[in-house]
Amino acid sequence: MLHKGGLIGVIAHPKRIKSIKFGLLSPKEIRKMSVTKIITPDTYDDDGFPIEMGLMDQRLGVIDPGLRCKTCGGRPGECPGHFGHIELVAPVIHVGYARLIRKILRSICRSCKRILLEEKERDGFIAQIKECQRNEQPIDNILKEVFRRAMSVTVCPHCGEEQLKIEFEPPTTYEEDGHKLMPADIRARFEQIPDEDLPAMGMDPKHVRPEWMILTVLPVPPVTARPSITLESGQRSEDDLTHKLVDIIRINQRFQENRDAGAPQLIIEDLWELLQYHVTTYIDNEVSGIPPARHRSGRPLKTLSQRLKGKEGRFRGSLSGKRVNFSARTVISPDPNLSINEVGVPQKIAEEMTITVRVTERNIESMRKLLKRGRKYPCANYVRRLDGRRVKVTPTNYEELAEQIQVGWEVERQLRDGDIVLFNRQPSLHRMSIMAHRVKVMPGKTFRLNPAVCPPYNADFDGDEMNLHVLQNEEARAEAKILMEVQENIISPRFGGPVIGGIHDHISGLYLLTRGETRFDENEALELLRRSRVTDLIEPSYDEAGRPYWSGKDIFSMILPPDFNLTFQAEICQGCETCLKERCEHDAYVVIRNGRLITGTIDERAIGAFKGKILDRITKEYGPERARKFIDDATSLAIRAITRLGFSFGIDDEDIPPDAQRQIEASIRVAEERVAQLVEAYENDELEPLPGRSIEETLELRIMQELGKVRDAAGEIAGRYLGMDNTAVVMAVSGARGSMMNLTQMAGCVGQQSVRGARITRGYEGRTLPHFRKGDLGAAAHGFVKSSYKKGLSPTEFFFHAIGGREGLVDTAVRTSQSGYFQRRLINALQDLEVKYDGTVRETRGVIVQFEYGEDGVDPSRGDYGKSVNVDRIIELVTAEGE
Amino acid sequence: MKGGTLLDHELVPKHEVLTEEEEKAVLRKYKVSKRQLPKIKYSDPIAREIGAEVGQIIKITRDSKTAGKSIAYRVVIDQ
Ligand SMILES: [Mg+2]
Ligand SMILES: [Zn+2]
Ligand SMILES: [Zn+2]
Ligand SMILES: [Zn+2]
Repeated sequence: MLHKGGLIGVIAHPKRIKSIKFGLLSPKEIRKMSVTKIITPDTYDDDGFPIEMGLMDQRLGVIDPGLRCKTCGGRPGECPGHFGHIELVAPVIHVGYARLIRKILRSICRSCKRILLEEKERDGFIAQIKECQRNEQPIDNILKEVFRRAMSVTVCPHCGEEQLKIEFEPPTTYEEDGHKLMPADIRARFEQIPDEDLPAMGMDPKHVRPEWMILTVLPVPPVTARPSITLESGQRSEDDLTHKLVDIIRINQRFQENRDAGAPQLIIEDLWELLQYHVTTYIDNEVSGIPPARHRSGRPLKTLSQRLKGKEGRFRGSLSGKRVNFSARTVISPDPNLSINEVGVPQKIAEEMTITVRVTERNIESMRKLLKRGRKYPCANYVRRLDGRRVKVTPTNYEELAEQIQVGWEVERQLRDGDIVLFNRQPSLHRMSIMAHRVKVMPGKTFRLNPAVCPPYNADFDGDEMNLHVLQNEEARAEAKILMEVQENIISPRFGGPVIGGIHDHISGLYLLTRGETRFDENEALELLRRSRVTDLIEPSYDEAGRPYWSGKDIFSMILPPDFNLTFQAEICQGCETCLKERCEHDAYVVIRNGRLITGTIDERAIGAFKGKILDRITKEYGPERARKFIDDATSLAIRAITRLGFSFGIDDEDIPPDAQRQIEASIRVAEERVAQLVEAYENDELEPLPGRSIEETLELRIMQELGKVRDAAGEIAGRYLGMDNTAVVMAVSGARGSMMNLTQMAGCVGQQSVRGARITRGYEGRTLPHFRKGDLGAAAHGFVKSSYKKGLSPTEFFFHAIGGREGLVDTAVRTSQSGYFQRRLINALQDLEVKYDGTVRETRGVIVQFEYGEDGVDPSRGDYGKSVNVDRIIELVTAEGE
Repeated sequence: MKGGTLLDHELVPKHEVLTEEEEKAVLRKYKVSKRQLPKIKYSDPIAREIGAEVGQIIKITRDSKTAGKSIAYRVVIDQ
């Protein structure tokens, strides 16, 4: 508890906090901590001087420069401010305790004021509460039980008084048997509750008396907590809290005058209610049941609760969330020529951001050189001399500073290539949302990053912005380098596989390169491998004319470690009934022997983020640094390959021959007829219900089935005419982007639109739209879209499509907000847990939460897909060696 | 269910009351006091089933997805 001048004492002599006790402020304490009583609603006199015993009294602290606090003598900034108090003419309810007051009112006798429990029962509860508190356990459930028991009692067990029903009208009105209970009556009752009964209600009588929930004295916060601001016009604008306090004092005065003048009871009650309203809204201006207090402009006032609550409130806004220095934010854009652990930083930003270097004997010459550069990048922005003075480096003083520099100075040098920084994209949902990168200073105004690191950040380049933080000390840099660099985070701790790897064109590029037997001569081979630090080409093959050539597979082999072995099925694998393995007709069986790609095509399964098998094996067997090099090489090879081979996609890539078009139309017509037949059978009561379904459900299911089948059939027909040379097909089968489903909808038929998994039925009475007959159960009337996106949708189809699309949008909107809230709660619950050196998971008191981390003690980001060892792989390696 | 116990249910893992020596060994192994162990209520049906007393430690052997078997300890509290 803070008493007069208490804060000052704390600042002068730091003390260790041993424990914190929560309780209520008693009127006595409020008066004791107050430096003055506040009696006048005025703030400043005509000369702009704070009025004594007004809301800006100089004993409450000072905010105007030049003045001194009349309590502690401190200047603005030194004086922490001091509380005052207002003596309320009549007691009022504290809204924050309104519900507890109701519970207590109902739990105590209206006559003898004792808790409505037999002494034995009461003591039983008190013992339970004590035991819980000793074990540091919550007592909420016991209290709930105490009140539940006491409130159900109708006759006092102590004096036999019959209890009357107490009604509560939120926020602050109480009635007993139809008669209003004034705050003074309630307070009088609470005063008489014996101390011995309080522990049963969870109150420690030393620190909490229930009558303190009904205010008779109001603390007035120091002016430093509600500073007024001076507008350009020279006019003063007061804080919302001050406005509210003015209201309270005014009503308080009027109340006093009226009562002294012997005004009629009705007027007194009105004024009392008004005082209650002002005190209520002073504490919480968003209470339901009463209109919020407003500013003259109509804006609701921001009072005490509003300062604390919500996202911008004191807790979430000011304490949990902080603004930091040495950070930058801008739009991101891709640069495939950067390594995955680099980040392109605009020179403008590099010039603003600094790293503080302490001058030593070893670096004094390089620091002097830096200073001698003047204002030319890369240079120094500030120096701190031995006397602690911070001096800006300017075109006029840099030469002088370069001469004066000595050991012990600090130089704030600009960001340079190779500096380690943290890079982050919100929402930071997992630890890979913040990774350490090496700076690469570049022209332009955007941060540049290799597209292979987009998946862990979940970034794209449609306007996304990211943050960058410059590390300020050696420990932070070391930690970032060891734990946070991109290559250290290739394997996700979520599932033990890679999260960084090829996306989009990386996959298409390597797919095109390694598919079939494309041949490249020496020039072409070198050109493709230009950026992939490969020093020697492997042995070429020779064509009929005896000219050397390299296949795409050979070229890809050159970026693999020379002793690398791996066998797996590619994404393009059709899942044939019996796998022909090496002789797979789709070339989907990837075999790598001694660093040579022998058969198979490279696609998402090989190098994709999340799925990339080669990526996964290289990271786990050759370490993060080799994996980084592999990803860099693979992505730049892919980009070079796709650029060289050419890859484009346009609307006419979905063209299918008129013949195919006719086939699709025919099968849709057949399906529509089938639906009509089903409907007819239903209407004639000839439909056999499916087990456990009604006839109506059966009909719906059969129709959905029929229409689902026809969409697949349309896709199948369209797919037959879009061969493996079609770029959209290449992207879909290799896993680069899109799916065959997307192609079906573009070239074949969009298919059934649904809301909550069923055909669309909502709309008008008996029909979805006025275009259809009432009771029409046909395909078109309930949202079947037979057109393709390419052909275009009819107006009714378009409308149904919008209905189906809207459901998806609403879903995502709802899901993100729900999962966001859940994430916040999880983080708050788990943030202090720690894996200790003995492998246990403990919270801050050392209480064990898990006896072995994850029950098996395995860090999934250091294991293999959740297991500590991959036995199959070891067998594979051992047997391969034997071969 | 006649004659069966809670422990027969497939969802109820093995619960055993530790002897004093075992208790000491556990507390020494994890370098903890009893209040730093997870808790179980005296009134918990399984605690009643195996006749655990307040202050005793119960050893729970569960099937684990990750480790096959996992062992946890809980101290019985009065409530
Ligand atoms: Mg975006
Ligand atoms: Zn002061
Ligand atoms: Zn009584
Ligand atoms: Zn196959």
